[in-house]
Formats: sequence, structure tokens, C-alpha cells
Amino acid sequence: MTNKDNIRFIQGNEACVEGALYAGLNFFAGYPITPSTEITEHLSERLPQTGGKFIQMEDEIASMGAIIGASLTGNKVMTATSGPGFSLKQEALGYACMAEIPCVIANVQRGGPSTGNPTHVSQGDINQARWGTHGDHAIIALTASNHQDVFKITVEAFNLAETYRTPVIILLDEAIGHMREKLIIPEPGELPVVDRLRTHVPKGVDYHPYLPREDDRLPMSDFGAQHRYNVTGLFHDMWGFPNNDPAVVNGLLHHLVDKIENSVNDIAMYKEYWLDDAEYVLVSFGSSARSSIHLAQNRRARGMKIGVLELQTLWPFPTDIVREKCANAKAVIVVEMNMGQVITQVKNAVDNPNNVFLANRIDGQLISPTDIKTVLRMIQGKGV
Amino acid sequence: MERSRLVFSGSGGQGVITAAIILAKAAAIFEGKNAIQSQSYGAAARGGATRSDILISDTEINFPKVTQPNILVSLTQESYNKFSPILRPGGLLLIDSKFVTIEKKVDAKHICLPMYEMVMEKIGKPIVFNICMLGALIGISQLVKPESILKVLETTVPKDFMDMNTKALDLGIQMGKNQ
Repeated sequence: MTNKDNIRFIQGNEACVEGALYAGLNFFAGYPITPSTEITEHLSERLPQTGGKFIQMEDEIASMGAIIGASLTGNKVMTATSGPGFSLKQEALGYACMAEIPCVIANVQRGGPSTGNPTHVSQGDINQARWGTHGDHAIIALTASNHQDVFKITVEAFNLAETYRTPVIILLDEAIGHMREKLIIPEPGELPVVDRLRTHVPKGVDYHPYLPREDDRLPMSDFGAQHRYNVTGLFHDMWGFPNNDPAVVNGLLHHLVDKIENSVNDIAMYKEYWLDDAEYVLVSFGSSARSSIHLAQNRRARGMKIGVLELQTLWPFPTDIVREKCANAKAVIVVEMNMGQVITQVKNAVDNPNNVFLANRIDGQLISPTDIKTVLRMIQGKGV
Repeated sequence: MERSRLVFSGSGGQGVITAAIILAKAAAIFEGKNAIQSQSYGAAARGGATRSDILISDTEINFPKVTQPNILVSLTQESYNKFSPILRPGGLLLIDSKFVTIEKKVDAKHICLPMYEMVMEKIGKPIVFNICMLGALIGISQLVKPESILKVLETTVPKDFMDMNTKALDLGIQMGKNQ
């Protein structure tokens, strides 16, 4: 039973804050940047209330360093930023991938490149989330189109960070971050929360930080507490010390990629609307998905067989799921606010990439149902 | 209920965005409706045309912006000039008589009220101008119940200011009802 105390009317950024606290966030370091500032602002108030730590660092690089350190000592951590700040975080993000340190990075997207269009919506950082840091690696990135889902995927981001010992990126956008709508905060226990997996190796006994258990997971030891061990961004052995033996390098890189890519279907979150008999499938995510659902609902009322596949997991890209859901479509339209980033993945996924079209908008305005309808009419040969 | 699509416009500092949040929150939390509020972000914190969009509906709202409002509130000449052309024909236009002069009539029900002057005369504090406007709007349209607005105010306004806000809301409701 929901009582009124659990109902909020808040911005998407605050929904992210509430989700993070529900998941057990107890350390946040950040540097405010539009349009993510409300995440930092609200956590500066909420974290001290719940016994957590909030630090405004001198910049985004330091913020990323701070959350990595805090995570190693046993905390659930997050930072929040937007495009320019996300660029600055990439080096340390790669370190967290290599050293397998759980952390969550919220990127509320605005127009780019560079300082770009700070107060307007964009979804231009999809590929940066995947390949912003150098070298082969795998990454998890989640997104959502409404506040209830923002809450849910934020909790899930923390769970995945702990389960896979990896940075997880939450890709919101300005429209979702700033708009206000209802959020019903789930009761404790309603959504699963994954706690830190800690080693049972007692104090004084050798602990191998990078020796996987039989199930391939790596139990952690709070840094500075029971055990002394090394953490490095260099290729390393099971003790965490640098090692460039070809077998060690090969094994570690495979491990870093496989632990995530092999679990793509477990990690994949998505929603579908009217796909059963859909001849036209709109593939979308984030605020664009709201416009897609609006249009599909509107066209359905006129008898058109159209549906929406809303992706919530963008990385690792759920290739098999997209292929399956689009298998019977005459045309697939990818709706996104960039020059075509997710469309590349969709074209790779489907059997007939020539039937995949882009409906996009890049001028800082939220893509409208009419924008999508125009593309749909072009594909149908109806003109605009 | 048909879906209500509102645009509140005015100048930064007049409280149009605050009023929009209060209205949407009242509908969403205290009347069990779906509501979305969003605003255009620019350098309009003080001065310049600000705009806030509100959607209120019994059914789910997907696209969160208003393209053609059926209710437009304009509290400055600049915002009236800018946004009156997007008002849906047959809609409702609420303006303040001190700040807005109607230049070219659009196809809408025009309601021009001396909200600012009445607030200054009866209460003497311009900060509740926006609440008076909200009162006038619900007096005219019955979008939400006055109690729902009061419940939101109770959770957001400091206690000592509650009296002033209640007065402003009532003042607006009376002006609206007389239309």
C-alpha cells in the first residue's frame, strides 16, 4: 500500500538521487554541471542526513578519483556530470575498468561537442559511454524515459556495478533530468539491492584481490582494513601487482571483456509496446522513447501496426534481443537525438540493415511525435 | 476529463515556474492525476521571457512538452507577444491588466484581470502575485480543487507566509469565479 509520503513530484535528477540512496549510496563526489547539477545539489543535502559523505571536489577528474578510492574502502559510490565533465572522467574511468572497482557515473546529456548547448537536450554521448576511455574494455550503460524507471535503473546500476565489479554509466538526458513528474518510492525490499561481496579470508591470511572464486566473482576487501594489497592500472596478477607476462595480459583482458559481454542477455533491460504484430518498429530510449510511444499510440488508434522497443540497457548492446524484436518488421526506425549512434548497433543486429532508418533531431529541442511521423511517411512513400 | 495543456509565461522572478510546479504537483499528488511540468532553461532567471509547460491528464502522458496550449497565462507583454500565437483556437488566455495590453485578438477566451494591482492593494506583497494568478486560473477553470493547492503550499511555504499565500489564492479565486 502506497502512502502519500512515498509519492513525490520531482525532477528526473532527483529520481536518480532517490534511486541511488535506495541502492545504498554512501559516498558521492562531484563537480556541478548543467543539466546534472540537481543530482549534486540534492545529494549535498540528503547524504549527510543518511550518514553518508558528500564532497564537492575541485573538478570532474578529482571527483572520479575520489569515488574510486572511496569504493575500494567499501562504500557504494557515485558521481554525476554532463558531456564536458564526462570527457574529463574518462581516464580514471578506464582505471576503474582495469582495477575492477564498482562505481556509478551519471551523465545527464546536453548538446555537444565541447561546452556545446548546456541547457538543452541531446543524446550524443552514447558512443562516448562505450568508447570514451581508451583500450579494449567492456562497459555497462543504462538509460530510462520516466522517473519511475530512472529510479529503477539507478538501483540496477549499483547492483550491476557490485555484481560485475565495473563502472556503470547512467545516461540520462536534459529533458528527463529537468522535467517533473510523479515518482512513487518503492518500499525497502521491493527492489533487490546487491551488497558488496566481501572476502571471508581472515586478517593475517594472504588475500588475493584478483583471484576469482569458482563462480568467477572477485570478493573485495575494504582497502586499509584487514588486508594489504596492491591496486594498479597496469596489467596485473592475482595479487594486484604489475605483470606483463603475455598469458597474464591475455587472460586479464579476456576476463574484463567476457565478464560483461557474456552476460549481455542477463544485463539487458528493455520495454516493449505493441510489438506483437508490428510492421513498423520504433527503437528508442530516454526522452526520445516518450515521443516514440506517443506517436505509436496515436497511429495505433488509426489502425497502423506500429510498436516501440524501448532500450534501457544501451551497453552491452542487446543485439540478439533487437534482432528478435525487429525480425518481422517492414521497417525499423531508430529514434534518437544525435547524428546516428544507436542506429549503427541496430543495423548490425537486424537481418536486413537496409530497412533501418534514422529519425533524429539535433537542434537542442526534444524530438516530437511529428518529427517521427515525418520520417514514417517518407518511408511509406507518402511524402510529408 | 480532456487533457489540459498549459503554458505559463512571464518574466524571470515573477514566480510563473513556481506556480506551474505547484499546480502540477497538486494535480499529481492530491488529485491522483498524471501531470508533467517542464520549463525552458535559458538566461532568464531575472528578466527575459520564461516559460513553463504543464500537462494534466487522467491518462498517461508521454510527450512531455506543450506545442499548442489550450490555456495560456501571460504576465508580461513580451511573453504575451511571443506565446499568444501558439494558443489553440478556442482556448483560454489569462493575462494581467497591469502588464499586458492586448494587441491583436487571437481566437480565444480573453480574461484580463488586475491581479497584480489587487495583490498590492489587499496584501501589499508582490511575491504572492503568482499564487493569486493560480487562484484566478482555478476559479475560472476548476482545473484542481483549491484544497489541493493549499496542501502543496503547506508543504513548500514557510509557516509564517502561509496566511499571505492563502489570502492571495482566495483573492484570485474570487476574481476568477466572477468571470
